[in-house]
Formats: sequence, C-alpha cells, structure tokens
Amino acid sequence: MPILIGILEQGAIYGIMALGIYISYKILNFPDLTVDGTFPLGAAISAALVTRGVNPWVCLLCAIIAGALAGSITGILHIKCKIKDLLSGILVMTGLYSINYRIVGMPNMFLMQKPTIFGGIRFPKALFPFRYIIVLFVIVLFVKILLDLYLRTKSGFLLKSVGDNEGLVVTLGKNPGTVKIIGLSIANALVSLSGALYCQRAMQFDISSGTGTMVMGLAAVIIGTTLFRKIRFMNVTTGVILGMIIYKACITAAISSGLRSSDTKLVVTVLFLLTMLLNSVMNKSEGGRKNA
Amino acid sequence: MLELNNIYKSFNVGTIDEKILFQNFNLNVKNGEFVAIVGSNGSGKTTALNIVSGDVKPDSGSVLLDGKNITKQKNYQRAAKIARVFQNPSMGTSPSMTIMENMSLADNKGKRYDLTKGLNTKRRDFYRSQLELLGMGLENRMETQTGALSGGQRQALALIMATMKTPTLLLLDEHTAALDPKSSDIVMTLTEKVVKEKNITTLMVTHNLRYAVEYGTRAIMMHEGGIVLDISGEKKKQQSINDYLKIFNEISIECGN
Repeated sequence: MPILIGILEQGAIYGIMALGIYISYKILNFPDLTVDGTFPLGAAISAALVTRGVNPWVCLLCAIIAGALAGSITGILHIKCKIKDLLSGILVMTGLYSINYRIVGMPNMFLMQKPTIFGGIRFPKALFPFRYIIVLFVIVLFVKILLDLYLRTKSGFLLKSVGDNEGLVVTLGKNPGTVKIIGLSIANALVSLSGALYCQRAMQFDISSGTGTMVMGLAAVIIGTTLFRKIRFMNVTTGVILGMIIYKACITAAISSGLRSSDTKLVVTVLFLLTMLLNSVMNKSEGGRKNA
Repeated sequence: MLELNNIYKSFNVGTIDEKILFQNFNLNVKNGEFVAIVGSNGSGKTTALNIVSGDVKPDSGSVLLDGKNITKQKNYQRAAKIARVFQNPSMGTSPSMTIMENMSLADNKGKRYDLTKGLNTKRRDFYRSQLELLGMGLENRMETQTGALSGGQRQALALIMATMKTPTLLLLDEHTAALDPKSSDIVMTLTEKVVKEKNITTLMVTHNLRYAVEYGTRAIMMHEGGIVLDISGEKKKQQSINDYLKIFNEISIECGN
C-alpha cells in the first residue's frame, strides 16, 4: 500500500512535468532539453523561498514564473539567434545549473519542518495518511483541465498548428517564432511547477535532481500517447499523466527487484528504449504512423 | 495593384554556382486580374511569387501592394493581405487538427488569437455549405483530422481556407501539380469559381499550359528571369495551346535542350 501511494504521488508530481514535455516535444515538435534545468529551478526557488518563510503556494507561483522565463529564453535563443533547437535548450540548461546553485547557495538542502502546501490544510483523521496524494491529485487535475481548456482556445489552436505546419501560421498572418516562444514558456512553467512540488513533498533540494528529466518525461509521453491512442473518450493529457504513473511503477518495480537506487538512471534509460521499441511495434501494426 | 519594380536577385553569390536570375525585372498587375504564369524550370516563376509573399528577399528593387511599399515587411506581416496556396497539399492545413478546427483557425485570420474558444461553432453551417460546394463529401467528415484526407481534398480545403477572409492578392504556387488529373481539374474549377466570385486579384504559377490557356485573364510566359510573352484580354482568348507550345519550344531550343 505505501508503495502504491508512493508511485501515485510520484506519478502526479512528474505527470505535470510530462505535460510540459508533451507541449514542447509532441505539440511544438521541439526537443527541449531546458527541462533538465527548469525542474531543479522550480525546486530551488521553492526551497529558497520556503526556508525564508514565504507562503508555500506563493513559492509555487514564483516557480511557474521562473520556469516560463527560462523557457522563453530558450525560445528566443532558437528563434532570434537562430541557434539549433537542441543546442538552445542545452545552453539554457547549463546556465541554469549555476543559477540554481546561486538561488539556494548550496548543492543540496533539507527543508526541515518548514511549512509546505501539504501542511496548511486540515484533514480528517482517516484521510491524514493520504494528505499528500490528495493535494497532489487536486493540483495535477487542475493543471490538466487548465491545459485542456487552453488547447481549445484560439491561442491553443495556433500553438497546435505551429508544430504541425509552420507555413500555415505564416499564412494566417502570425509570427510562428512568437507562438513557439509562448509554447516553450508554458512547457517549462509546468516543468518548474513539477520541480517545486517535488521539493515540497520530498522536503529537500538537490542540484542534480533534474538529470534525466527530459528522458523520463518523453518516455511517459510516448507510453501515454501510444498505449491510450485507441481510447477515444480519453484526452491525450490524461494519457500522458497515466503514462507517467505507469513509468514510475516500472521504475519502482525494477529498483525493488534488487537494484540499488543509484541504478535508477540506467533503469530510466533502458525503460526509455523499451518504450521506443513498444512505440515502433505498435506503430508498425497500424501501418506506420509518425515516429516519436 | 501589385507592382514589382526593378527587381534584382542572384543566388549563391560568390560561389561557382552563382546564378543571376532577375536583372531589372518588372511586373505590374492590375486590380481583378487573374494572371497565369508559365515557364521552364529555373525561369523565376516561383521566385517571383516568393518575392511577392516575402519568403525571398530581392537584392534590390521594390514590391508595392495597393500603392504601399511592402518590400521591408516580413512574410507573416504581408500575409494579412496576401493569401497563398502551395504546391504541397500538406502545407495548407494543420494535419493533426480536424477540418472544423482548421476552418475556424482560418476564419479568425486578421483577428486576435486569444483565450476565447477556438472552435467557431456559430459558423459551422457556413463551413458545411462551403464544403458541400466541393462535392467531395467533406461536409460529413468535419471531425476528421485533415492528415487523413487525400491530396486533392486537402488542397481544396486549403483553397477555401486561404480565401475564407477575402485576400487582396491570392498566390497559387503550382497548387495542382501534386494532384492526379481529376483532382487537379476539380481544384482548378474551384479556383476559378472562388476567384471570380470574390473578385480576387490572383497570380497563379503553373506547369500546365492547358490551365494557362483555359483559365485567367492574362498569361505570362517567363524565361531566364525575363518575361517573353505577356497577353491579356481578347488576345489571350484567341491564343491556342499550340501558340504557347510554339513559343515554349523556341525558348527550350535556344537553351539547347
């Protein structure tokens, strides 16, 4: 039972991150490595502000804003300075490492009894052991619904079409570059929020917590979009979150089968390769759709 | 209406592949004209179109639309007045979005793309009536992703989307070249209908001499960055496809092929 709850908690936290990757990778068609820096950025801001006594909800908001800023820098580097997509993300990610260090002032930090978003709400006794998962699920649901609504707006339509067909956005009289920058901001805002939640749940900040974010998120996106493609009534965003939960379950299973926790990154990589394999097999059986 | 004045354009300057295409190229299109442009490969048809749309910058010279100098405007800024249908059918629509979503997107051109609802459900009946005119059965498939449509269907939809908000100028860049003969005839018929109905000034680049004969009010033949034939009105009507072929062959023979 505690293991199951742990998986769901992690799935919810990282699910928000996967939604961000879904925007940059699937919708914008942009392999954005900034996320490996924005995840700890959110955590750093959360850690630094929470320890200074700032309201933990306000910390989340600050993390969102900072993430959006980092994403827009990647976008600007790519669009205005004409740097390749992959490289712009790597540049910002590398820079963020130092910035994250500066924000916290040390490579890792424990929050030690500081108030978090989980502490402020009074739960009935029976639900008290589930307080984390309840709060996290409400947040992830809120984010998901908000994103779904956004993707149905005119602005959301433009975002979807820019990854699909940049030329169409030009003929509509809009600058595709600006639309991409907006998309990257939203994606990284979500990743940063995920990092902030992770920090408040784990009560710690770790400068290297972002390593592998992109790989992890991508795997969840591929699992989510491949496995649940057939189910019509389900939104892709729901699929992505469920994909992350499945992914986390696999990791937990792998680790508990006798591997050390330091093996996690290797498991992450192998699992990613397996997902890619699954994806191509599933695609082949359908007559070869667009590759992930 | 549309003026290209003293256009100079060279490619790969300073390399062994240097090609001087336009030297003092001029083109003047009057309001309401439907110009069909034909010519051999590399004659500059598509480059001329790209200079008008802003996708290619001329080395010097100016582009005027409705008397306004738009040479410095970016392609998406010009798109406010200029619509375009490309050769590649997948360029005109967003493949992962449905027909309904695509049409709503195009219908909003010129307005803000804000946080209001993307689908324009109030106009659904209007969209349906537009699709019915095509006779392709698309009106019953409005929730289908356009990526699942055939090339001809997509191109027809692209044309409807491009002209949904009546543009000042319509650019057609070999928009039937990638289609089978039947689909290209359907799209061409639709093109003429839309252009006439809405009285849109149109530039159409085509490789099909028959289309240049049958459609349009003016025909231009280009060769090596220059205009070798420019006829309009009654004179164009009298010109047969053989007359075009004669000139076309003469040019080609000059080139040695």
